[in-house]
Amino acid sequence: MTAQTDDELWSAIAEPSRRQVLDLLVSNGEASASWLAGRVPFSRQAVAKHLVVLEDAGLVSRRKQGREVLYQVEAERLVQATRAMAELAAQWDRRLAAVKRLAEAAHAENKAREKQKEEPS
Amino acid sequence: MPMDGLTIEREILIEAPVEVVWRTITEPDQLSQWFADRVDLVIEPGAQGFMEFGDQGGPVVVETVDPPSRFSFRWNHPRDAEPVAGNSMLVEFTLTPEGDERTRLRVTESGHELLAWPDAEKQRYADEHQAGWGEFLDRLATLVAKR
Repeated sequence: MTAQTDDELWSAIAEPSRRQVLDLLVSNGEASASWLAGRVPFSRQAVAKHLVVLEDAGLVSRRKQGREVLYQVEAERLVQATRAMAELAAQWDRRLAAVKRLAEAAHAENKAREKQKEEPS
Repeated sequence: MPMDGLTIEREILIEAPVEVVWRTITEPDQLSQWFADRVDLVIEPGAQGFMEFGDQGGPVVVETVDPPSRFSFRWNHPRDAEPVAGNSMLVEFTLTPEGDERTRLRVTESGHELLAWPDAEKQRYADEHQAGWGEFLDRLATLVAKR
């Protein structure tokens, strides 16, 4: 996954209001913007804006039913986002493990050197 | 303090004094052994440098240097722009001594969307005691899979 896709995904998910919208869509399956607006503490315009961001990030899709537009969560994208997150965490775990190895080796070396100094030659 | 949300937080216990760990994470020749392939950076607040990862690389700006307990920098921003809050990821290292020869090293990486939030919003969000966004995603993905 490219850095840019990550960035879009994360920006979309990081905002708590958008998480609320996602949450509602997941539990309800499919919903219109006005149905969502009735269940969140922010305006219909805000809901519409959040839906645009989520759609751009590929996290929701929409379809028309009569005069209504219904939104639903894109499961595959959600799983992809979860995986990206886990990957980044694993990357940091690997880096921290490398720091641990380096620091512990340096510490052992320092101790050995000190011991050598203490011992009369 | 890092908030929940777009933050990755990991930590590790190291059997070495805090000064040794500090040198490992801040000296450029050490950095190139565990982080980037090439590091061209002076470790002082505000210093601009460059880090290379394989065929990728980009500018880095040092934010906090507070030996031996805090070190942070910004990266992952548009290649041509100077990394500032709003276009970059902030990586923060916190070192806590646990006895003379043991150090807890914590790293957090937080995204620009989160950093750009107004303080009131951050506070509200922190107050909700919600799980981190990784857990949020896990939960949603599970729900979706069940449907």
